[in-house]
Amino acid sequence: MSETPILKVEDLRVSLPVDGGTLNAVRGVSFDVNRGETLCIVGESGCGKSLTSLAIMGLLPRRAKREAAALAFDGQSLQGMSPRGLRTLRGDRMAMIFQEPMTSLNPAYTVGDQLMEALLTHRKVSRSEARARAIALLEQVGITAAERRLAQYPHQLSGGLRQRVMIAMALMCGPELIIADEPTTALDVTIQAQILHLLLELKREMGLALVLITHDLGVVARIADRVAVMYAGEVVETGTAAEIFSDPQHPYTRGLLSCIPVPGRTRPGEHLGSVPGVVPSLIGSFTECGFRERCPLAREACARPIGLTPLGEGRAVRCVLAETEEAAA
Amino acid sequence: MIPPVPETPAIETPADETPMLELRNVSRQFKVSRGLMKGSTNLKAVDDVSLQLRRGEVLGLVGESGCGKTTLSRILLGLMPPSSGEVLVGGEPMSAADRKARARRIQPVFQDPYSSLNPRKTVSQIVSAPLEVHDVGAPGDRARVVAETLDLVGLPRRVADSYPGQMSGGQRQRVAIARALVMRPEVMICDEPTSALDVSVQSQILNLLLDLQKELGLTYLLISHNLAVVEHLANRVAVMYLGRIVEVSETAKLFAGPRHPYAEALLASVLTPDPGMGVPDTQLGLAYPNPIDPPSGCAFHPRCKAATDLCKARRPETIRDAAGLVECHLATPAPLHA
Repeated sequence: MSETPILKVEDLRVSLPVDGGTLNAVRGVSFDVNRGETLCIVGESGCGKSLTSLAIMGLLPRRAKREAAALAFDGQSLQGMSPRGLRTLRGDRMAMIFQEPMTSLNPAYTVGDQLMEALLTHRKVSRSEARARAIALLEQVGITAAERRLAQYPHQLSGGLRQRVMIAMALMCGPELIIADEPTTALDVTIQAQILHLLLELKREMGLALVLITHDLGVVARIADRVAVMYAGEVVETGTAAEIFSDPQHPYTRGLLSCIPVPGRTRPGEHLGSVPGVVPSLIGSFTECGFRERCPLAREACARPIGLTPLGEGRAVRCVLAETEEAAA
Repeated sequence: MIPPVPETPAIETPADETPMLELRNVSRQFKVSRGLMKGSTNLKAVDDVSLQLRRGEVLGLVGESGCGKTTLSRILLGLMPPSSGEVLVGGEPMSAADRKARARRIQPVFQDPYSSLNPRKTVSQIVSAPLEVHDVGAPGDRARVVAETLDLVGLPRRVADSYPGQMSGGQRQRVAIARALVMRPEVMICDEPTSALDVSVQSQILNLLLDLQKELGLTYLLISHNLAVVEHLANRVAVMYLGRIVEVSETAKLFAGPRHPYAEALLASVLTPDPGMGVPDTQLGLAYPNPIDPPSGCAFHPRCKAATDLCKARRPETIRDAAGLVECHLATPAPLHA
């Protein structure tokens, strides 16, 4: 089976000039996403997950530098693509949902104009067809009085409604790939469940591929086929959702899982696990294990670059302990 | 040898103990415009709520955006007067005159440690501000109290001269908690205290809140949309829907078997980290109703899978029983000794 992945990312690096040097925010990230597959990228603030998604979409801030061995959508390289070619692709075959809807909705246009624009730009459809699709999608993301909403401006909507408008907008052209950065974090749990439900349905019916960036481990467990855990600009562990949650290998993944309260499993009122310390500065050259300073199992050997140790099909961990175990085996 | 029967510790609050905070038939309305030239109408953000916060407990308050949680907390903090009804602090009416006394007893912790701290003040200025406002202690004492409070929240004393901009999100939330604690309050109103934080930082702040509550005997009102967090911290939970409290139950009982269909739907939406379980269909099909134009009868009926004609026609009575409170036509009063 050598199916072309809908998205291929190989050795992606993003750096930004900052006071005092260069911030190496993304340090060699690789993953593939197949059609109909959901990849969740998990990590905390500053791990580089949002910049990874912006780099794929070609939406990095101008001062940022992007390098990659490969960056391809459906076998087509995104690196040499003209801005025009990229625009044609974005919003049509691949779409992005941002965390903060106000930055991506234009305050000067109505919700309806913005929703319909994508479809009218990319497809030969009439305004009334575009309008009908906009209404249908708004209803699917749980917005009542959808027809009336079309005439409203973004500032007239609550945060939760704006976020749902964003999601509807991403779905307008029936994309093959959606990259969503914390799409449901700001929403109520009830709406979150409804939207994740919708995304799973689209995945099943239309073969939608999804890259979901989130720190919500509950969401990850429930919708991910595969998971990539990021820390300090690197992928530190990959595997299926079942593997990551039942048999986490990296000390950071284990720490993260111990931090969340789970009704029925963690004992109410008792201390939760924690990952003491803070993320390291990634300014300048940084070659040791990024988690070393916070790791309960850190040792001398961690002070050098650590590679990903493969543990099986699609399963890998970036840790010195896995390297030694492999050598011992 | 038969071991002696251990004495049952008194877990139940004695009936005669005065609640720390009490709302009696509290309502709060807002005038909202219906649009240009269409006049205005009343939005009932809080609708006839009676609720007690017992001394030393953690009461969770859950509900969707717009249900009135924040308005309720603002009333409890005295930041907003109720339109009608009474707020009692330690059994005494909270009136505008004793604003300072109230602030000494009840302090807020807000969601966003990025916007709730003044970026131009140092940590020690931020934490000592309440002492200055309320003219507590001599200036020399204040520095000592601030230092002790920083110890309490696990911040190194050297951060006293730092600015919020130099600190991480977790440290800022510790500063916000220190600012609330410096007055040595009895009650902390925590409005989404960890929602803006990373997972690993969230657990540290939750552990801190648990420790502080035990060490200082604090009472918390914990407002959160994260039900897993509420389950971990709260002794009792109040569920709010469209301005009304529709269920109050002990946390373990609520999670084991909610009495109100809305509470049931909320609990069903909790995504535990269980791969392969998929995303539940909460069957809440419709969106949250517009509070300007609330549904007839039971406000939850358009989203309720068990709704009957009665639910559409008449608002359910509030059932107060041994198990707590529930407001649903389909609920039956719990037997007195459940």
